[in-house]
Amino acid sequence: MTTTRRSRLTLRVLALTYVLGLLALPILVILYRTFEPGIGTFLESIRTPAAISALNLSLTIVAIVVPLNVVFGVVTAIALVRWRVPGRGIIQAIVDLPFAVSPIVVGVSLIMLWGASGWFGGLEGSTGIRVIFGLPGMVLATLFVTLPFVVREVEPVLHEVGIDQEQAASTLGASAWQTFWRITVPAIRWGLTYGVVLTVARALGEFGAVIMVSSGFPGVSQTLTLLVHSRYIDDHNTYGAYAAATLLMALAIATLLLMTLLDRKRSTR
Amino acid sequence: MITVSHAHKNYGDFAALDDVSLEIPSGALTALLGPSGSGKSTLLRSIAGLEALDSGIVSIGGVDVTREPPQKRGIGFVFQHYAAFKHMTVRDNVAFGLTVRKRPKAEVRRKVDELLEIVGLDGFQHRYPAQLSGGQRQRMALARALAVDPQVLLLDEPFGALDAKVRADLRRWLRRLHNEVHVTTVLVTHDQEEALDIADSIAVLNKGRIEQVGDPVSLYERPANDFVMSFLGSVAKLGGQLVRPHDIVLERDRTAALAADALVPGSPGVVEAVVERVVRLGFEVRVELRTESGDRFAAQVTRTEADRARFERDETVYARAVRPADEDSPQPALAI
Repeated sequence: MTTTRRSRLTLRVLALTYVLGLLALPILVILYRTFEPGIGTFLESIRTPAAISALNLSLTIVAIVVPLNVVFGVVTAIALVRWRVPGRGIIQAIVDLPFAVSPIVVGVSLIMLWGASGWFGGLEGSTGIRVIFGLPGMVLATLFVTLPFVVREVEPVLHEVGIDQEQAASTLGASAWQTFWRITVPAIRWGLTYGVVLTVARALGEFGAVIMVSSGFPGVSQTLTLLVHSRYIDDHNTYGAYAAATLLMALAIATLLLMTLLDRKRSTR
Repeated sequence: MITVSHAHKNYGDFAALDDVSLEIPSGALTALLGPSGSGKSTLLRSIAGLEALDSGIVSIGGVDVTREPPQKRGIGFVFQHYAAFKHMTVRDNVAFGLTVRKRPKAEVRRKVDELLEIVGLDGFQHRYPAQLSGGQRQRMALARALAVDPQVLLLDEPFGALDAKVRADLRRWLRRLHNEVHVTTVLVTHDQEEALDIADSIAVLNKGRIEQVGDPVSLYERPANDFVMSFLGSVAKLGGQLVRPHDIVLERDRTAALAADALVPGSPGVVEAVVERVVRLGFEVRVELRTESGDRFAAQVTRTEADRARFERDETVYARAVRPADEDSPQPALAI
């Protein structure tokens, strides 16, 4: 296909407008509105007890969800690529399910399972562990929606590196465990990093599934996304919502930077 | 010594190994030679334990290792595509087998440096595999396999991914290395020239079966069947028999040809043919011929012979074989 100078220019303008208008502009607006009254106002808004509690809760959920999904994701990816598991197609479909199902449906189904009148509703009575309207429910909801990321990022990398290096390690006397840590993990490092970043971002940002299973009390059971929502809708505190949203974004960007830096440090060692 | 007895391996309906029995002598360099799909790689990988046999026994040094994983077989394995550990330096690659065995650091260092010197990669310790050429990567892989002092060294088409010049250099280098190290070596190849060049002994495989085992000379001179004959070197079909192109003598005089042929028992007879083309390939000259019935074959003569006879296009000659492809018949002296 030959393109004239003019059509090339038109295409570029279109693509740029699309990206800027849809992605950059909303973010820039939030940043602008957040820092317009000065950095002091921003800090004040994110230092309220409700905000600190929301930050803690969001980070707690991330700290639980990420390790679980890393273990589950890596094992599942290895099983799908390396082992001849029966019913691979079904497993693939199940892994993709969270992409297909709306988060709000996840929330509803968790209530039906773990709620007071749900299948496992008796748990609270017998053990005192409150799933729905408690931290376990929010963790379950977040686990569900973030489940595919590590699997889907690691799987193609495993495919690409192939089995030769692992077999070479085994002929050199390495046990399966040694091969996994010394050969497989370094080989899938990039995929894993990216999977973790996506998981963190989604875990911080998840709203639909979490709002269904959270009791939503400020300072108790609000995550950062729920805080943004309640400040904006319930308190009509528009500025507070912007400030909390900026904090959310900052966390996601910090994760991305941290993982990139860690990886660079390890690979240049 | 490696012994494989009654090995069977199927992939679905495809029989990769069909009742294969083979003895590989200690200290020698043995080639498993065959076309793709002949089962040669499967056989090698079964010896290594990278492939599990459906039935049959593999023993190394008199120990039955059929059920042992690769880690416990005392082998070194070299892969066609190097299988270099990409995230490790050359030093760490070669040291891998020693570090997983938790050997003392000083010993590992000494051994690695010694091996890198043997394979000619001294000074490359801190490079990464991506910074090496294909031939260098394969030499690194060889050093890595040798580092664990394997009882047997198994090489799966080790030069297959290299270009022709490097391949020829590297296989001579491997032969010299083998003469120094003397580790029992098994090499898989589909290249008959490679097998004839470096192996002490060759096992020819076809369709999951072993066709013949022997030293390069006896396999070339006395192939057990048409497959071995045509796989090891080029062949021409003369009077319904396979013969080597360089064993064909062309004569202008029919009576003389018949008289000479009568002295060769079991010969395919004298065949009348027309010269289609004479091709000079350096020292060798190929004469392409066509019989009356339209069958084509080629005879290979030396340049001296061709200069003397001066075959012309479209002239009629009488072809006879000086050595028919029959292992039972006595071998006449080469008559030129």
